[in-house]
Amino acid sequence: MIYSLVGYYSLIIGLIIGLSLFYFSYKNFKNSNILDTKILSFTFLQLFFVVISFLCLIFSFVISDFSNETVFNNSHTTKPLFYKISGTWGNHEGSLLLWLLVLTLFVFLFLVRTKNQPVKYKILTLVFQQIIIVGFFLFLIKTSNPFNYIFPIPTEGLGLNPILQDPALAIHPPVLYLGYVGSSIIFSSVLAATSLKIISTSWASHIKKWILISWIFLTLGILLGSIWAYYELGWGGFWFWDPVENVSLMPWLALTTLLHCILVLEKKSILTSWVIILSIATFTLSMCGTFLVRSGILNSVHTFANDPERGLFILVFLFILIFLSILIFFFFHKDNDRKSHSFFWLSKETSILINNWFMMYFLSVVLIGTVYPIFLDVISSQKISVGPPFYHKLIIPFLIPFLLMMAIGPKFKWIKSQLEDKIYLISFLIISLLLAFLILKNFNQNILINTILISSALYLFFITLRDFFVKKYKNISQNIAHFGFSLLILSILFNNIFASEIITNLKVGETFENSKTKIVFESVDQKKEKNYNAIIANFSISNLNGEEDRFSPELRIYNQPVIATSEADIKTTLMSDKFIVINLVQNQDFFNVRYQVKPFMLWIWLSVILISFGGIVSFLQKRS
Amino acid sequence: MKNKILPFSVIIIFGIIFFIFYKGLQNSNIYTPDKNISSDIPSTNFKNFNSNIIFNSLNFFQDDKVYLLNIWSSWCIPCRQEHNFLMSLKKKKKIILIGINYKDNKKNAENFLKELGNPYDQIFIDNDGTISIEWGAFGVPESYLISNNKIIKKYIGPLNQQYVDEINLLIK
Repeated sequence: MIYSLVGYYSLIIGLIIGLSLFYFSYKNFKNSNILDTKILSFTFLQLFFVVISFLCLIFSFVISDFSNETVFNNSHTTKPLFYKISGTWGNHEGSLLLWLLVLTLFVFLFLVRTKNQPVKYKILTLVFQQIIIVGFFLFLIKTSNPFNYIFPIPTEGLGLNPILQDPALAIHPPVLYLGYVGSSIIFSSVLAATSLKIISTSWASHIKKWILISWIFLTLGILLGSIWAYYELGWGGFWFWDPVENVSLMPWLALTTLLHCILVLEKKSILTSWVIILSIATFTLSMCGTFLVRSGILNSVHTFANDPERGLFILVFLFILIFLSILIFFFFHKDNDRKSHSFFWLSKETSILINNWFMMYFLSVVLIGTVYPIFLDVISSQKISVGPPFYHKLIIPFLIPFLLMMAIGPKFKWIKSQLEDKIYLISFLIISLLLAFLILKNFNQNILINTILISSALYLFFITLRDFFVKKYKNISQNIAHFGFSLLILSILFNNIFASEIITNLKVGETFENSKTKIVFESVDQKKEKNYNAIIANFSISNLNGEEDRFSPELRIYNQPVIATSEADIKTTLMSDKFIVINLVQNQDFFNVRYQVKPFMLWIWLSVILISFGGIVSFLQKRS
Repeated sequence: MKNKILPFSVIIIFGIIFFIFYKGLQNSNIYTPDKNISSDIPSTNFKNFNSNIIFNSLNFFQDDKVYLLNIWSSWCIPCRQEHNFLMSLKKKKKIILIGINYKDNKKNAENFLKELGNPYDQIFIDNDGTISIEWGAFGVPESYLISNNKIIKKYIGPLNQQYVDEINLLIK
């Protein structure tokens, strides 16, 4: 009760501080030699009050204060403490409070950490960021207040959706938000730098660390979401091209492109328009993602409640930001890199430009696949759904030149270059082709596109691997990330090509056998836990070599709310994952059993970690 | 001149996108859980709460009457909230209320009705939850409006004043 009050008024105070910051910024902007200390302390105060408000919500969840509507809707006394806390951001209101927390945290850190940049630039960045912050304060207080009362006070809450009760998902939102919302500071500072016309090499190396932070967290956040989908949803896949996944992928693509552009800008002071547009695009795509999933236009686990008012608010706010940035871009930005059109064809900047166009192509494929069904529905009332085949057909062929460019591109020098080590490059290409051919021949999977794809991924793999041992190339972070990417593509390809699946219906005591695998359904147990009851099925599965594994997948009936879920049992080894999931067949004694062997599953996760590790290395390098 | 065309066209494009999203927002009710299309009644066996007589759902409903089939349970807190609305519907006497007692203990269920009043004309038992699954229920409470042997509307979650007003309009 008291926590809700404190939390709510903290929000109001935060909003008032946000508004007063506009005034201080205006005064400071006119005579700006040094940054007014008031601005810094008020920004800190704003962060402080948002933190208080967030803590209040967490406490309300911990003590199960059901007079709070958000707690009532999303918690239950029998939930384990860990999920009570993670339930705080497992709902619309709480997650928006988390947005706000990250927004205020980033602007405060930005003001503290930014040195050697004009004061006007800092103030203007703060102003743009405050526009976003105030917008979100209004959104939160007006349409999705996390501290609404319920009277009479219910004795019990409705519970957290069981599929959200998972360790990976508990930390997925905070990590993802650090990336997603972190891009807001890039957006604000780009607008500020454009208006002041100070986009330069020094600005680029200053903003680069912020881009890296967002990028690292966004990568890890997407990874966590993907791991969750693999373990919890029980479909045995890790990426479904679901609209919600796509809206997180789009900012990532834009941010990755931006990261490459900023490197060029840092060295050569060209591609400024690219940098500005990509920075704007990254944040607006993040916002657009929020709009799409929260307004209920798209349906997913992230659509917490359908409230058209909320959707309308974000939509209007999003387009205000878009129009603001368009105006600033066209009004202040004069394209001064005419010389950029004449850069030499064989140089690092050319290869990064090619990379940009590839990335933009991937981005537009994902964007069209996600948004086009909405457009079609509005224009002609036709409902279509865009599934994996669309993305696979449009993206996979283009991965081949993309991978080759990734291998060769970093070899070029700035401005003008010649390809060195030609013999190595060509011999590696031949080795990769042969190796890919042999691997696929061995497994009777010899399809031309697969061979070419695997050989181009292998090529990138070998080239980057070799570069670890050649001292000449000092760009270790780039090499780690590209190496990780080659590993990712290889793992995904092998995972897809060599996966095997058995689907069958079994009763207790029955055995399924084919040429390679023997599945014995041994027994069924029951288990009672605090927040669910479970049926545990025991299987013993042996393969040709006589290796035997025991599996116990579960069917869980959660008590609040009453929802049945299937918990897959997964045995992870270095080389492959064995995955078994059961479902009850309606009105019969049979269980539907799905057993999959998925090679290189672990490597998918590891390679993404490696990619973000490349980012971390680059981040640490810059600071020293 | 060329410099002016570009900003304008970009703004116009984004304006169109805004408009389409705005329109899309308005027919976003595709995903709201109301089931407006009338569908046939599933065939299930209803077991009476007090006696052990079993009816088949296909023979049970009469064409000329309107029914509200309500899935409830004594352990379900939202069921308590909607109970008053059910009582108020009962007073109107224009609609026959059928209760499906979902995965419940008989004693608790009886106490629940004793405490809050019994709005139902008939109560059936759904011990293992299969009847509710056959009817396509997501959980408790949930209500189905039935007329002419068709489900004409499905209410997910506790009934509220808005739903009750709607039901009153439909049965007039």
